[in-house]
Amino acid sequence: MHLAYPAVLAALLFCTGLYGVLARRNAILVLMSVELMLNAVNLNLVAFDVWLSRAARDTLHSGQALTLFTIAIAAAEIGIGLAIVLAVYRNRGTSDIDKLRDTAEGHGPDSDAPAAEKAEATA
Amino acid sequence: MILAAAPTAATATAARAATTVAAEHHGFLSPTGVEIAFLLVGLLTFGAAVVTVTTKQLVHAALWLVVALGGLAVEYLLLTAEFIAWVQVLIYVGSVVVLLLFGLMLTRAPIGRSPDADSGNRWAALTVAVASAGALVWVVVDAFRTTWVELDGAASGSTEVTGASLFQNWVLPFEALSVLLLAALVGAIVLSRKAKADSAAGGMKAAAPRVPGSRDGEQDKEGVR
Amino acid sequence: MTTTTLAVLVPLLPFLGAVAGLLLGRTAPGFVRPLAVLPVLASLVLAVTVAVHQGGGRPIDSHTELTPTGSVPIELGLHIDGFAALVAVLVGVVATCVQIYSTGYLRDDPRYPSYAALVSLFTSAMLLVVYSSDLMVLLVGWEIMGICSYFLVGHYWETPEARAASLKAFLVTKLGDVPFLIGLFALATDAGSFRIPTVLGAVASGGLHHPTLVALLLLAGVAGKSALFPLHTWLPDAMAGPTPVSALIHAATMVAAGIYFVARLLPVFQASTAAMIVLAVMAGVTMVGSGLAALAQDDIKRVLAYSTIGQLGYMAGALAVGDRGAAVFHLLAHGAFKALLFLAAGVIIHATGTNSLAAMSRMKDLRARVPDAFWTMTVALLALAAIPPFSGFFSKEAVLGAAEHVATGHTEQAPGAAGWIVLLTGLVTAVLTAAYATRLWLLAFRGRGAEAPDHGRQPVVMTAVLWVLAIPSLAFGLAFGPLPDWFDGRDLTPVLTTSVLGTGLALVGGIVTYGAWRHTTALAARFPLGAVAAHPDADAGHVEAEAIATHEPAYGDVAGAPDPADPGRLLLGPLHRHAAVGFHLDTVYSVLFVRPVQAGATLVRFLDREVVDTYVRGAGALPRWLGTAVRRAQTGNVQTYVSALLAGTVVLVVAALLVATGA
Repeated sequence: MHLAYPAVLAALLFCTGLYGVLARRNAILVLMSVELMLNAVNLNLVAFDVWLSRAARDTLHSGQALTLFTIAIAAAEIGIGLAIVLAVYRNRGTSDIDKLRDTAEGHGPDSDAPAAEKAEATA
Repeated sequence: MILAAAPTAATATAARAATTVAAEHHGFLSPTGVEIAFLLVGLLTFGAAVVTVTTKQLVHAALWLVVALGGLAVEYLLLTAEFIAWVQVLIYVGSVVVLLLFGLMLTRAPIGRSPDADSGNRWAALTVAVASAGALVWVVVDAFRTTWVELDGAASGSTEVTGASLFQNWVLPFEALSVLLLAALVGAIVLSRKAKADSAAGGMKAAAPRVPGSRDGEQDKEGVR
Repeated sequence: MTTTTLAVLVPLLPFLGAVAGLLLGRTAPGFVRPLAVLPVLASLVLAVTVAVHQGGGRPIDSHTELTPTGSVPIELGLHIDGFAALVAVLVGVVATCVQIYSTGYLRDDPRYPSYAALVSLFTSAMLLVVYSSDLMVLLVGWEIMGICSYFLVGHYWETPEARAASLKAFLVTKLGDVPFLIGLFALATDAGSFRIPTVLGAVASGGLHHPTLVALLLLAGVAGKSALFPLHTWLPDAMAGPTPVSALIHAATMVAAGIYFVARLLPVFQASTAAMIVLAVMAGVTMVGSGLAALAQDDIKRVLAYSTIGQLGYMAGALAVGDRGAAVFHLLAHGAFKALLFLAAGVIIHATGTNSLAAMSRMKDLRARVPDAFWTMTVALLALAAIPPFSGFFSKEAVLGAAEHVATGHTEQAPGAAGWIVLLTGLVTAVLTAAYATRLWLLAFRGRGAEAPDHGRQPVVMTAVLWVLAIPSLAFGLAFGPLPDWFDGRDLTPVLTTSVLGTGLALVGGIVTYGAWRHTTALAARFPLGAVAAHPDADAGHVEAEAIATHEPAYGDVAGAPDPADPGRLLLGPLHRHAAVGFHLDTVYSVLFVRPVQAGATLVRFLDREVVDTYVRGAGALPRWLGTAVRRAQTGNVQTYVSALLAGTVVLVVAALLVATGA
């Protein structure tokens, strides 16, 4: 099989995930897009591992081992990420990323008071 | 062509005879069966991924993600990495997506079409994504258009091979990873516990001045959930 | 120790005393008074020793070059001739008296340590000017005196008068010092050296190319320092300082420096006829104008200040007729009796609680209250009025005699016109001097009305120095015999014609004033007037500061008072109004200099605020707009940030690829 097939598929998946990360409003959808990006990398790792191990240049199966590690790390990441999203949701009453603008210029403590009220009202 | 030259130079040193010679006999216009299968599944996967990041129904996005991740598992199988494929199914399709669905539920994501699923940033995001896709595809194709992967012979990603490799050569990273998972576990617990304590305190504080009208509103929201 | 070493110590000791006083003033208050008095006293003893060693013989000349300075060398050097030796003794005597007097006068003043240190520094600077053989070193002392006078005149800086007076003294003397500095450079360039003996040698051999220019430039500085017309206006206002400071400035240091400088460099001035005429005219205008102004002043210290200006006019006149012996003789005699007058005036101000003559003329028995001040002041006023046999008579007759000598064409050392100017104005001034001296005495000691308030006895340190200074005021005139040996050798014996003329005119002035006083004094009872200090038990300095501060609110003017019982008002007639304000010279200066400068400042302010700032604000506007635009990018949305970051990355990667592929 041509190596270009999995490589191109991985690139396209990666960029799809990238679009999702940049364009999605809901934090959980952003996390899903991150998963897509991770999987694109996994596909690359597996494809190259197959190629290199067949060509007898890599006997350690490092690609597949790294894929396993990535999957484990992705699981940890999704756990932590969801915990953060839930914490934010409890505090702010929303999981919309573009409402979390504490770093904006001119953002004062007054401007998130309504959000806090909303959080209390929905808690 | 520096970026592309690095892998090709590595290729040229040891495996010129094995790969480049083989590639001469395998053009893109005469695909093998594996390639056709890979292409079809790949199209399905890519389509599912695109729907995942564009659909306006949040729960559908999670379900389409299942399709994309499952498609990827099939691709792993086609690449003879069967252990990875099953791990993919177990962990991603089995647990990660379930976790994500739980997250959607807990944050009271609306069921049905939500018109504001995409932020105002989408056109910038689209531009960036398309540009990077173009650049990546161009580089990858340019670098690997002659590289041929021989899939015949013993499976290189069987459970036996992977297990031997993992526990012979990758024991230390494996153990380090277990520590990382433990840390993530503890971190997730701490994060959610603290949030719970805070919200409990906030609820106590907010309960006193709350008027009946707002409680009705709250109950409405409960109903929606 | 050699005479040179002793002479070096003379200016050095007060300087060290000043430094030590400033350093120890806060930590060891007990040492302040000894540190103020003892170095000056020691320096007086040394100055006397130096004078005895020098003895009027060959000048002591020694110099050392500290470091090479290029084409015109600047050296530390001493040049002690008879003039320097005697003037140094005078400075030492007056400074010692002032320091002793100040210990009583400023007994409770919290700023006494810095005051005493500044007086010591002032003395040290004057001694440096007196002894220095190098014009640059002389200039250093000259400028230190300027800054010291600024601080000392402004000693009561809580009052606006003192602040204004100190600034005025500093600025006006600086106005003269700038041409003075240029003149020094011009002189040194012509003569090729800053050393006074070398300069004088160059002058003697005709090596001076621009004598008139140099002399006129130097005269500007001298006029500023020695309060000659037209730069004298700072001196009456400097009365806002404490009385001992006035005594020091008027008798021995600041104003004497200018006269002494001209005396030392007299050949330079004599090289230019124009300069001598200008000096004579300045002296004449100064003498007559100050005499008239003194008659109209109400503040006792301002009367004395104008009398100082007048006596400085005499000295300048003596220099204008080329007789520096007479000038320095008058300088010495005047130093003694003017210091005495000021110190006695300080005692009177303390005793009465006012500095206004109008108020004093309504007090009974002041002479019994302050007998020391009464007797010594009488002596000093007689000396001032040049009544024989007091010292002022001999020194003034020396001046008038020299002027007559020149006027009648007996000598070629100065132009005859200068002689006539000095002689005539000197005689007119003799009348005026006697008149205002009499007026001062009558108003201060022959008042009638209520009893003078009892402020207790004056400190003995204040009254004792009066008697010390009364001795030279009384007897120094007899030194006309041996003095020529110290000076140029020219005879200082009074000439018969001018003696008779001068004394007669002085008597006329005194008698006319007495008659006017008899005429007006009856009015005093009908016009109650006067204010006295609110804290009679405070020390003299405090009383004086209050008196100065209350003079303008109480009498409507800082200089004059609306007192119909004033004989000066009768004598001067319509001129009184103008004389009281110094013939509007301050107003003229205000129109000529202050207002144009203020208008220029307003213009500059306008240019700065409206024109320059517009550019500055314009320069600020562009970045502000840019900032506003950039601020819009700071949305706080992380996705936007990451989009921008990745877009940049993609652009960079594509660029790198294109470069790598050579496209």
